[in-house]
Amino acid sequence: MEPMPQIPMLSYDVVVIGGGPAGMAAAVKAKELGLNVLLLDENDYLGGILPQCIHPGFGLHYFKEELTGPEFASRLARRMVELGVEYRTSSRVLEIRNYSDLEKVVIFTSPAGVYQAWAKAIIYAAGARERHAFEIGIVGDRVAGIYTAGEAQTLMDVYGILPGKEIVIVGSGDVGLIMARRFALEGAKVKAVVELMPYPGGLARNVMILKDFNIPLYLSHKVVEVRGRGRVQRVKVVKVDENFNEVPGSEFWIEADTLVISAGLVPSVKKLKKIGVEIDPATGGPIVNDRLETSVPGIFVAGNSLLINDLVDYVAEQGELAAEAAKEFIDKGGIESRNWVKVEKGENVRLIAPHYLSGDRDVHLYLRVARPMEDVEVRVPEIGKRLRLPVVKPAEMIRLKLKAEEIQKAGEKLTVEVVGA
Amino acid sequence: MKTRVAIIGAGISGASIARVLSRYENLEVHLIEKAPDVGWGVSKANTALIHGGYDDDPEKYPVRARLCIRGNRIWHQWVKELQIAHVWNGALIVATKEEDFDELEKLLERGRKNGVPEMRIVEGDELFHLEPGLTKEAIGALWVPIVGQIAPIPAVIALVENAVANGVKTHLETEVTGIKVENGEVKGVETNNGFIEADIVINAAGLYADKIARMAGIDYFEIHPRKGEYYLFDDDVPGPRRVLFPTPTPVSKGIVVTTEVSGHMMIGPNAQDLPPEEKEDFATTEEGLREVWEGARKLWPNLPPKSKVIRTFAGLRPEPTGGDFIIKAEEEVQGFINVAGIRSPGLTSAPAIAYEVAEIIQRDLGVKLVEKERWNPYRKEITHFFMLPPEKANEMVKRNPAYGKIVCRCNHVSEGDILEAIERMKFIGVKTPSVDSVKFRTKATTGTCQGSFCRPRIVQLLAREYGVEPWKITLKGRGSEIGIGDVKALLRGDEA
Ligand SMILES: Cc1cc2nc3c(=O)[nH]c(=O)nc-3n(C[C@H](O)[C@H](O)[C@H](O)COP(=O)(O)OP(=O)(O)OC[C@H]3O[C@@H](n4cnc5c(N)ncnc54)[C@H](O)[C@@H]3O)c2cc1C
Ligand SMILES: Cc1cc2nc3c(=O)[nH]c(=O)nc-3n(C[C@H](O)[C@H](O)[C@H](O)COP(=O)(O)OP(=O)(O)OC[C@H]3O[C@@H](n4cnc5c(N)ncnc54)[C@H](O)[C@@H]3O)c2cc1C
Repeated sequence: MEPMPQIPMLSYDVVVIGGGPAGMAAAVKAKELGLNVLLLDENDYLGGILPQCIHPGFGLHYFKEELTGPEFASRLARRMVELGVEYRTSSRVLEIRNYSDLEKVVIFTSPAGVYQAWAKAIIYAAGARERHAFEIGIVGDRVAGIYTAGEAQTLMDVYGILPGKEIVIVGSGDVGLIMARRFALEGAKVKAVVELMPYPGGLARNVMILKDFNIPLYLSHKVVEVRGRGRVQRVKVVKVDENFNEVPGSEFWIEADTLVISAGLVPSVKKLKKIGVEIDPATGGPIVNDRLETSVPGIFVAGNSLLINDLVDYVAEQGELAAEAAKEFIDKGGIESRNWVKVEKGENVRLIAPHYLSGDRDVHLYLRVARPMEDVEVRVPEIGKRLRLPVVKPAEMIRLKLKAEEIQKAGEKLTVEVVGA
Repeated sequence: MKTRVAIIGAGISGASIARVLSRYENLEVHLIEKAPDVGWGVSKANTALIHGGYDDDPEKYPVRARLCIRGNRIWHQWVKELQIAHVWNGALIVATKEEDFDELEKLLERGRKNGVPEMRIVEGDELFHLEPGLTKEAIGALWVPIVGQIAPIPAVIALVENAVANGVKTHLETEVTGIKVENGEVKGVETNNGFIEADIVINAAGLYADKIARMAGIDYFEIHPRKGEYYLFDDDVPGPRRVLFPTPTPVSKGIVVTTEVSGHMMIGPNAQDLPPEEKEDFATTEEGLREVWEGARKLWPNLPPKSKVIRTFAGLRPEPTGGDFIIKAEEEVQGFINVAGIRSPGLTSAPAIAYEVAEIIQRDLGVKLVEKERWNPYRKEITHFFMLPPEKANEMVKRNPAYGKIVCRCNHVSEGDILEAIERMKFIGVKTPSVDSVKFRTKATTGTCQGSFCRPRIVQLLAREYGVEPWKITLKGRGSEIGIGDVKALLRGDEA
């Protein structure tokens, strides 16, 4: 294929897109494996969303100690610098072109110019975006004072701006709960956390925040409307039944100047879709094999672009795996094609990745259940695998390790199900 | 001696009038707008169509019928002079029942009377060739190739920039509170920012044109709002190639399915009449949106899942007594011109309205208009980094590194684009910095994530360029500040 003569050309074994924990872990590993690697991130700094997460709770598995987001990020960044990994910040990937298996081009822009970076493999670790108010069907006035949790976090912890003083939070996942505490610590009044599901979405230790700060939690409720002139003045909350239908007559208004939406993340994969990467509607990320390779050979994916993770440790693990796979891909001129074992979702499994297993290596399957259950077994009937767990919740990702020998015992598919023990 | 003209309202009507009048040597034109920026009234939220002119009955609504087709023709020229984003993709008015053909024949007939070129009825293969995704229930359609779409607020901005470049003075955040009339002649307008003297006052105040008219003692019409709601989808949702209408009913043109100029599929509007006093009710409603969804599905059965909705919004049509545009010099108040009741198709008609006003000034007010020796018809569109091919983008960045830095991820809007937008805001006199002013000029915050990544960065740039604290930056003018203070404001006990 023809390079574009007018714009400067760079050349690497691997280009890593995204400088969050997934991308940094991938770049470190790739460098350790002797690959010539470039990491690109659009922010002015490395770390992805970690630098804005100033609370502790990161790294227990990966670094064996509890760190804050910025600490976790700076450890990986330091490792990159020690190894001499080439990286560029303020550099946004505009387009990926896939010319052939070992010829890919990443076009990116930066204050130094627009470049084309040729690579044999790409590791895509661009993270996720947050769902916003329109997406979850909130109607009413389009006014100031409506933020996603991440935006509110950025305003407060990166730019030092306090968004408001009377807060309603949509979503009781960890992010919503952490933001509830964050606002309370700055003296704002958190008037409610509103959760659609009949149970809280976050980890037990984060649900404790509500007690600590005396914050009302409305389960099986949703925010349906915002009213205000210029700025949020009140939000309408309504109860829902077990089918998530609104219960007539149950609505009430809460006076507040700020509505924080913490309604989940969506993998950022538009650039992959454009080049034909197949997407799993359940995870929102690409369909991958156990090398985290997408349906386009030589394009690997890790972190929240693969599926939404709740632990940064798993994200970093995926980054390393993607780097090892990229090494194999480059050395052998491709990941071997074979009769992959297909992973299928069984009872109470909402999503799972990777989707195809080779059987020649151990793998971690990442899965989420559709609804909470107590005293369960995660089972893979085809190979008689069982893992007993006291409790499972949609908000907590389950990591299931399968050994190569186990996978080899399977036929064409493996079904993963979560059932009462 | 120059004739001083005050135009009330910087919507598409007022802006078009300002531009047309900026051509004359002997006029001193003042454009007065209560909002912090131009185009934030009715012109902000609508279907953005340049209509075909076949719809309005010349017997019932002669002014609308005449100006719509004329406006359409002028827009074909103006979008080029002013570099306004547009697409001429044509419209299909779709029949799904045999009886619908009677209505289509009527429209065809009316269109011919109004002077609409190239219309015809299409059926069968040709119909689905023009629009492959159309409902299979469709049995025919009226094909109107001259229909197009523009970006409405950018159009107002373009007109005002060009008007200002040609000498028009703007007064933003200036609300007209009274009209001074002496001995049956206008003398000027009272505003919250003082008195503005004028020999001619043009009332182009949109929803409030009745209120302004009453300030001059004219009360033969009233304006009530008619709400229309919309869904806008993510840009990876495949939408139609043409503008799709259902066959109209006596009440409404119906719910449109279209792909708007920036590539997003859009559906809407419904039509809900509100009482005259509810002119600030821009809220979307569950019922209204449901109606839009159901209506759109009849033309486009393959609607995307709700998770692909990136925005819902509502606009208010200014519906006048009698239903026709009211464009005339009022005899009892010398120098007072009403441009009132500019409901749909007001966006389409705006250029024609503007020429009409110039004619009225000459003919009815007896001001002989003298053309400037040098009048600049051209205006250059702001740089859109996302539109540049890589080589061009690279050149741009080499000249100015700010263009290399992307601020809005979804739409690839660069810091350079945003700084240019801020410069242009200042050029037309925007005093209160707002994210929306940047949004309407650059498209930042309008993508998949709806600004959750880039808004904080835009706020920083606005704060720096306007020299104010970042929390004082507004979303859409005073009262919509981004924050209440610095992060310690409440703990310190500052009454924020
Ligand atoms: C509020 C909050 C609290 C959390 N708390 C915890 C916790 O307590 N413990 C824990 O373990 N985890 C926690 N997490 C989760 C953890 O932070 C994430 O799982 C992890 O950061 C995801 O990493 P990533 O590398 O996949 O994505 P990201 O960190 O999002 O990084 C992706 C990077 O890619 C960049 N990028 C995207 N597209 C492009 C492009 N085209 N060109 C260049 N660059 C691009 C992005 O700007 C970003 O810098 C929390 C998350 C949030 C939001
Ligand atoms: C739902 C809907 C769909 C539509 N679809 C189409 C379409 O597809 N095609 C089409 O051609 N037309 C369409 N229209 C109609 C079109 O949008 C309007 O006709 C047009 O925008 C009216 O422009 P305007 O300049 O007259 O009014 P506005 O844009 O409202 O401008 C009037 C301005 O006056 C200002 N103002 C008011 N009072 C004062 C005061 N006291 N002092 C100072 N300033 C004041 C306001 O702030 C405002 O900015 C639609 C309208 C709606 C609502």
